[in-house]
Amino acid sequence: MSPEAATTLPVTGTDTTKAGRAVTRARAARRRKLLIGGARVLLLVAVLGLWEALSRAAVIDPFNFSMPSKIWDQIWTWTTHGTALGSLGEQVWFTLHEALVGWIIGVIAGVVFGIALGRITFLADVLGPYIKVLNSIPRIVLAPIFVIWFGLGPASKVASAVVLVFFPVFFNAFQGAREVDRNLVANARILGASDRRVTLQVVIPSATSWIFTSLHVSFGFALIGAIVGEYIGATKGVGLLVAQSQGTFNAAGVYAAMVILAVVALLAEGLLTFAERRIFRWKPADSDS
Amino acid sequence: MSTDTGPAIELRGASKTFRTPSGGLHTAVRELDLTVGRGEFVAVVGPTGCGKSTTLTLVSGLEEPTEGEVLVAGEPVEGVGDKVGFVFQQDATFPWRTVLSNVMAGPRFRGVPKAEAKAKAREWLARVGLASFEDRYPHQLSGGQRKRVALAATFVNDPEILLMDEPFSALDVQTRALMSDELLELWEGTGASVVFVTHDLEESIALADKVVVMTAGPATVKQVFDIDLPRPRKVESVRLLPEFIDIYREIWESLGEEVRITRERGAADVA
Repeated sequence: MSPEAATTLPVTGTDTTKAGRAVTRARAARRRKLLIGGARVLLLVAVLGLWEALSRAAVIDPFNFSMPSKIWDQIWTWTTHGTALGSLGEQVWFTLHEALVGWIIGVIAGVVFGIALGRITFLADVLGPYIKVLNSIPRIVLAPIFVIWFGLGPASKVASAVVLVFFPVFFNAFQGAREVDRNLVANARILGASDRRVTLQVVIPSATSWIFTSLHVSFGFALIGAIVGEYIGATKGVGLLVAQSQGTFNAAGVYAAMVILAVVALLAEGLLTFAERRIFRWKPADSDS
Repeated sequence: MSTDTGPAIELRGASKTFRTPSGGLHTAVRELDLTVGRGEFVAVVGPTGCGKSTTLTLVSGLEEPTEGEVLVAGEPVEGVGDKVGFVFQQDATFPWRTVLSNVMAGPRFRGVPKAEAKAKAREWLARVGLASFEDRYPHQLSGGQRKRVALAATFVNDPEILLMDEPFSALDVQTRALMSDELLELWEGTGASVVFVTHDLEESIALADKVVVMTAGPATVKQVFDIDLPRPRKVESVRLLPEFIDIYREIWESLGEEVRITRERGAADVA
């Protein structure tokens, strides 16, 4: 039950002052929400406005820093007339596709390895140091190597997304599998669960909240992997758009690509949060149904 | 249930030594001899932290004894058997499963078809008075209700041996008395043998046929007391019988000494 529900309950009583107080409180809450929303919009407008003004007044170099109106024009041109590489939707879809494939492979590998190592101490002891070493490599430098290995097509971008996604997911799944409540495991075993059932029906469900935490971060990483891969060498994609804009000294193009990516990342984040709400209905935090 | 008439549970000279994280050895129980007859309700009392719970993990097969033997129905325990039910001190309901699904877990783990498991689970939920709560998740229940779910989830497997590790210690006093009565009712229909670990002497006398007093850790059996109070019992009323008070005094003389030893040790550790 949410606290709001609890506080509005007494309204049904005959006590009018109490009811009045509840109404006032609700109004105050609404007003606060409006205030916060308003302040946010104002902040955005102020920052963009300042940027635009300073750039137009040539206080900051408009060639290097561009300005919001130009960025908007660039996005508009891309959407209506397409980019030099083809339509904008195609570029976004290309990048998103690479990131998604990389993310899915990375997540599956991370979860499988994480749970396996979390459950099988022997494996964890043997592989532990190697995983630490691999993790300490700055994996972004692998992107050029992947371009050499897998060529300019999507495969090299998927590969760099996978290596970026794998580790955070792996470590969270591993930790989740390690931190499973021992009582729950003991209880499952007493109730007759085999080792396989314990893994599938106790360890994995209790590790899901750990895993989900990493999913949020790791989708951003997948996008980074795809973009960096495209930036280094590709035939299509938003990363290539950034590289080309940079190559033609089109600062607005670089910013416009960034804005587009931010929107894509936010949409993906929203979808993930929605999925999480559905999956974690059993959690106390989401009990106000 | 097997046909031989031997004891349900037998521990012969069982010891259990754990390796502590710091590398030392910790003996939880030593040379423990204990016999539980078929259908008998045995309560084990002892000072806090003396190793009572370890006794249960040995009988359940979750842990193996370092030395000695543990027999269930005449057979040495090897791993977790299907005769045993265990109610834990902490909440051990699966938080991501609904109440019904929690109670179905045992039969499902043991390969009972879904429809049959569901029917059995519903029957036990009705018996513990939670029939209308089957779609709830554990976090939506009170502590007492969650304990009822745990009881239903244990009884639904028809255990011959019922192990209980301070199951009601986290509940408030009134709920605890209520749960004790319910436990007795549920148990009286099953003929299961019970080992009930507690640090609450009153609770142990009110419930059990036999009270086993453990020594300060490493635990071993100090003394065994038979409780001749009539059944069926109601916990709240049996507590007021003069016999109850006599037994209480007698056992406390034995238990109190161990509690004092434990406390003095604790004080020495702190000093």
